[in-house]
Amino acid sequence: MQDVTKIVPPNSFRQGPDGRGRFGQFGGRFVAETLMPLILEVEKAYEAAKRDPQFDAEWRRLLTHYVGRPSPLWHAERMTEHLRKGAAPGKGAKVYFKRDELNHTGAHKINAVLGQILLARRMGKTRIIAETGAGQHGVATATACALFDLPCTVFMGATDVERQQPNVFRMKLLGAEVRPVTSGAATLKDAMNEALRYWVANVEDTYYCIGTVAGPHPYPAMVRDFQSVIGTEARAQMQEAEGRLPDALVAAIGGGSNAMGLFYPFLDDPEVQMIGVEAAGRGLHTEEHAASLEKGRPGVLHGNRMYLLQDADGQVQEAHSISAGLDYPGVGPEHSWLHELGRVEYVGATDDEALAAFQLCSKLEGIIPALEPAHALAEVIRRAPQMDREQILLMNLCGRGDKDIFTVARHLGVEM
Amino acid sequence: MSRIAQRFADLKRDGRGALVTYLQAYDPDPATSLAILRGLPGAGADVIEIGVPFTDPMADGPSIQRAALRALKAGATLSRVLAMVRDFRREDAATPVVLMGYYNPILAYGVQRFCTDAAGSGVDGLIIVDLPPEEADEVEPHAKAESLDLIRLVAPTTDEARLPRVLGATSGFVYYVSIAGITGTKSATSASLEQAIPRIRRHTQLPVCIGFGIRTPQQAAEAARLGDGAVVGTALVDTLAASLDEDGRARPETVRQVLDQVRGLAEAIRAA
Repeated sequence: MQDVTKIVPPNSFRQGPDGRGRFGQFGGRFVAETLMPLILEVEKAYEAAKRDPQFDAEWRRLLTHYVGRPSPLWHAERMTEHLRKGAAPGKGAKVYFKRDELNHTGAHKINAVLGQILLARRMGKTRIIAETGAGQHGVATATACALFDLPCTVFMGATDVERQQPNVFRMKLLGAEVRPVTSGAATLKDAMNEALRYWVANVEDTYYCIGTVAGPHPYPAMVRDFQSVIGTEARAQMQEAEGRLPDALVAAIGGGSNAMGLFYPFLDDPEVQMIGVEAAGRGLHTEEHAASLEKGRPGVLHGNRMYLLQDADGQVQEAHSISAGLDYPGVGPEHSWLHELGRVEYVGATDDEALAAFQLCSKLEGIIPALEPAHALAEVIRRAPQMDREQILLMNLCGRGDKDIFTVARHLGVEM
Repeated sequence: MSRIAQRFADLKRDGRGALVTYLQAYDPDPATSLAILRGLPGAGADVIEIGVPFTDPMADGPSIQRAALRALKAGATLSRVLAMVRDFRREDAATPVVLMGYYNPILAYGVQRFCTDAAGSGVDGLIIVDLPPEEADEVEPHAKAESLDLIRLVAPTTDEARLPRVLGATSGFVYYVSIAGITGTKSATSASLEQAIPRIRRHTQLPVCIGFGIRTPQQAAEAARLGDGAVVGTALVDTLAASLDEDGRARPETVRQVLDQVRGLAEAIRAA
């Protein structure tokens, strides 16, 4: 007899979401009635845009000539050699980076922002709002708004404004208004609350450009679709470089957009293992981390059901990470679903491990990574030496670290 | 007949609209909160809405956000809010009590168990802000089984096509969110209300209460005249907050000041 408590894997891992915007039990549209008609309008507009070849052509033109796609696939030879030194004989996988840090604006965020801004224009919206944690999504949104001459307001937790000063200044240079949010712990969660509140009051003319694969349907699916350009390119590039698919993919997870973008085109290739790396902050044994999948349980926040850091009474807990971009108590619904199905393995990397990886990558590869992918790199450093030499490990280097040098300097006790 | 239906039927006979008052449970502490709750019917509240504190109240403005933080600091949980309703019910069997809050604390409690315990504690209806009709099938059967009304929000953005669906899933009364916005920020104009309320009435026989942005006795009287009731929340929360000492604790006059304001609102509605 079939064990009904066991989750039966679907025929395809790429079939979600369903008509209600659900990935299994996750996702959905848990928003106040005031927003509901607008959410339905966004969904309708996105469905129409997806089928419009002109929409796709315009987005791809921007990716090529404005963003600089495709981003290179880089064989990180010195990193590979370094990790082989500490490995057993015959061990030490070949490490590749998908270099989305080379995108215009310095991270993967711009991929989905341009798609969404084109959508907003189709919908006749004349104002753009966004939330931001590390500031990468805010910078990307401010950039696209400058390009399309749209007024832009970015909500950013006051704590993050403090620790990401370079990006705050960038957004202002680009003509955006940055609104510091002081409620709660004044980080990404609170910025998203405030953006949603602002949106409710300005539904007529405003489009909310969400930065990650979370929020009410259709945002998780839409942001994933745009970010999937990362995985689609990587797949073709790996075929060309190695004549086969990689054995493992590694990506950092806050809300989960860069990971979803890399993973999605590989989900139905069972030979490709996938590892999402959450921020373990000061350690998973402490209260100070952002490991929603490992330490949270399903709940509803920001319009969707997802794994959520919360107390026994359903009050949302504050996340912690050295990386502002991972400092979020939830994780996108598709990741929540892939976690329950076991298709993707989710692990944690601490602040200290990320700091070490940040420095190692700078010295060995001449690439200063953002603190977010430095978490993914920490897992690569752990995992590659356990894998065979013939195996290939591909990591999404989703952002560059210019914005983080002040934070890192402070942690290393360096006066700047 | 449910307490909510009974109350609106009685008020209709009396020829006036309802005063619906909102306060956050446990704000700023359980004793003060319960004292206000017990005083509300005597001060003229016809229906009592109790806000269930949540860390991330996305439809609420700064006043109610701060109230939620004070309440959580004072130890509020969903089960303690239900205990407060039980305490209230020992002295008042007639005044309808509606819990207003967000979905996650209910999910954490367990939806079915929550509906059973809420009904058993004397709760009459639920307003779950972030549970639109599209997602309500998780709650509806359990609420129905316990005869709890599911009160829906209708907003200015709810269009003709959507209205029947939203209203079809509503029981008890309809809560018209009179502005596109969060609580305690702006107020609707009379003209917009005069247009909106008949639009809703074409689709439902249920009483329609108007909320968001109603602060003064005059505004309450007008809303209760145009609709079947006026919901006042932020204005009361602001009075409570202004009465606290610098450490956020209640002063001896806190309860009286809030109830005096309720009396003023009730008088205006009765005089309308």
